[in-house]
Amino acid sequence: MSRLLVCPPDYFAVEYEINPWMRLSNRVDRERARAQWYGLMAALEEQAGAILERMSPVAGLPDMVFTANAGVVMSRHAVPSRFRHPVRQKEEQHFERWFRAHGYDVTVLERDLYFEGAGDLLGFPDSWFGGYRQRSDIRVYQRLSEIFGREVIPVELVDSRFYHLDTCFCPLDGGELLYYPPAFDGYAQAVIADRIPEPRRVAVPEADALRFACNAVCIGKHVLLPDGCAETTRLLQTRGYETHPIVLDEFMKAGGSAKCLTLALD
Amino acid sequence: MAHAQETVVLQGHIIDSLILAKVLDTIHMMGGTYDVREMKVGASRKDPSHTTIVVRAPSAKLLDEILAAIQPHGAMAERESDCTLEPAPADGILPELFYATTHLPTQVRLDGQWVDVEGIEMDLAIVVNPTCAKVNAVPMHAVKQGDRVVVGRDGVRVVPLERPKERDVFGFMEAQVSSERPHGHILTDIARRMRTLRDESGRGKVLLSGGPAIVHAGGRAALAWLIDQGFIQILFAGNALAAHDMEADLFGTSLGYGLSAGRAVPHGHEHHLRTINRIRAIGSIEKAVKSGVIKEGIMASCVRRNVTVVLTGSIRDDGPLPGVITDSMAAQAAMRAALPGVGLALLVASTLLSIATGNLLPATVPTVCVDVNPSVPTKLADRGSFQAVGLVMDAASFLRELARELGWKG
Repeated sequence: MSRLLVCPPDYFAVEYEINPWMRLSNRVDRERARAQWYGLMAALEEQAGAILERMSPVAGLPDMVFTANAGVVMSRHAVPSRFRHPVRQKEEQHFERWFRAHGYDVTVLERDLYFEGAGDLLGFPDSWFGGYRQRSDIRVYQRLSEIFGREVIPVELVDSRFYHLDTCFCPLDGGELLYYPPAFDGYAQAVIADRIPEPRRVAVPEADALRFACNAVCIGKHVLLPDGCAETTRLLQTRGYETHPIVLDEFMKAGGSAKCLTLALD
Repeated sequence: MAHAQETVVLQGHIIDSLILAKVLDTIHMMGGTYDVREMKVGASRKDPSHTTIVVRAPSAKLLDEILAAIQPHGAMAERESDCTLEPAPADGILPELFYATTHLPTQVRLDGQWVDVEGIEMDLAIVVNPTCAKVNAVPMHAVKQGDRVVVGRDGVRVVPLERPKERDVFGFMEAQVSSERPHGHILTDIARRMRTLRDESGRGKVLLSGGPAIVHAGGRAALAWLIDQGFIQILFAGNALAAHDMEADLFGTSLGYGLSAGRAVPHGHEHHLRTINRIRAIGSIEKAVKSGVIKEGIMASCVRRNVTVVLTGSIRDDGPLPGVITDSMAAQAAMRAALPGVGLALLVASTLLSIATGNLLPATVPTVCVDVNPSVPTKLADRGSFQAVGLVMDAASFLRELARELGWKG
């Protein structure tokens, strides 16, 4: 069973611009956003069989809805995020409090070690990949490697539209990788190709990548991804995955989609 | 100093991730160079690796750009502190824990900035000027009470020599001492350097530090020719070289031996004394040459070509000749003053003068030590002048072959 941390979009809005998708002029339709979020939750629970842990939203913190950036969790151990942008740093205390209140061992990182949680740290059972250069600081991955006793391979993100690793890199439960190679520098592309053999690498086309096809949630054979990603859907289906397109365009106004709205808890 | 440098530390999963490769490639592509000073590779995949990299660039600006480019990949400048200063307790006395220099390019850190030490030589102290950020290497006897002297090793760094761009004998940067190795290529490389230094202005001067064996063995004409052709700009010698050179001009002998006849001449042992006496009467070597008393030879060529000559005295000296500096500290200072701008040093056939000159030369100056006795270049290297190329060879043969490489028809 997959347990996911989510946060209702009661205060979700675009109130600042910290990534290329955000435009203050592009206002969020909050009712529409709420309907889309509940649509995603319904699909997660009813179709993918996930268990959802809901945390309380906080007024004035519009991006708290993106719980992928709360931190990273393994077993009962949580490391809360250290956001690069001051507007999101105010979320840190709420995520940390939630982890502590729910019985997690919490390790707090140094103030200047930027780390944006499962938005930038994803992986397979044997090795993790850490996105850096856009938001998280490469140095954090050595700390996390020590904390969790895992290999963490830093990969450089070179396209500001794909500012978190989870916008262009999605490990699937069958061991495949759904990803958009041009979001990475040449060294990272070489390392990914070295670690994940060709038959297991599923490269999404640019049009789908820009609809955040890689910002998908994979639970067993179920993949929940933004709607309109026809080629990616086909690629997943040929590999035996059951795809669930979800309309999430209100969240794309803030540069987030299905994966950004969830945090895997164990 | 031509190069700026900074030490950075890179750690984590830097090998499989190609982060180390990326950092090194970035340094190289931006025009810098690097030395991987320390490398600890993690024992298993989950263990991190750790490396210390010295990054160098031709300018401080480029170095800053390179450091800014590699910093996001985790390469962090090593924490460094300023150097520690203590006042000299009295004239000629250094603080107990003074930093003793090497002859390698050296920098000290003042208010967070690395500043080049000027006038670097081995075995000096480092004094920081209180009014400006000027830092000099200073011999012990020249230190004044209250001078701010660098103590300890914090905030001091020595820059290893860059391999020269020229791929010649000096590129190996190691003393090769053997009488059983061919030396033709060494002479060719020295000649090439001398021609470049003469023909391309601003590249540096050539210093020859020589002993009287040059005259005794028959190298006088070749050396005079090299001076006449503008290949040598500075001469360090003792009383004897100058005395026997002029003795040869006046009497045709060197220490009483007929240079052409090759045997002792009756009363020849007096010739060098009579020479010295005559020059003393005239007042200076320069006057002796300009008045036509001394016509040919090493000293005559030096006067005609305005070569900087430093003659240093010794306890064994007769006379001495006018111009010979008999106060050894004053002689050391005069040699030191002549060294800025030297681009090649030839130390020929004089054990003590070769070592004295070697002690004053920064390691950045390509140096050749020529002696028939292999122990001389060895001794020079043992005293720290590791950059000197040793050549076991008779002084006259060396100078003649070198002059022929450069076009001498003698």
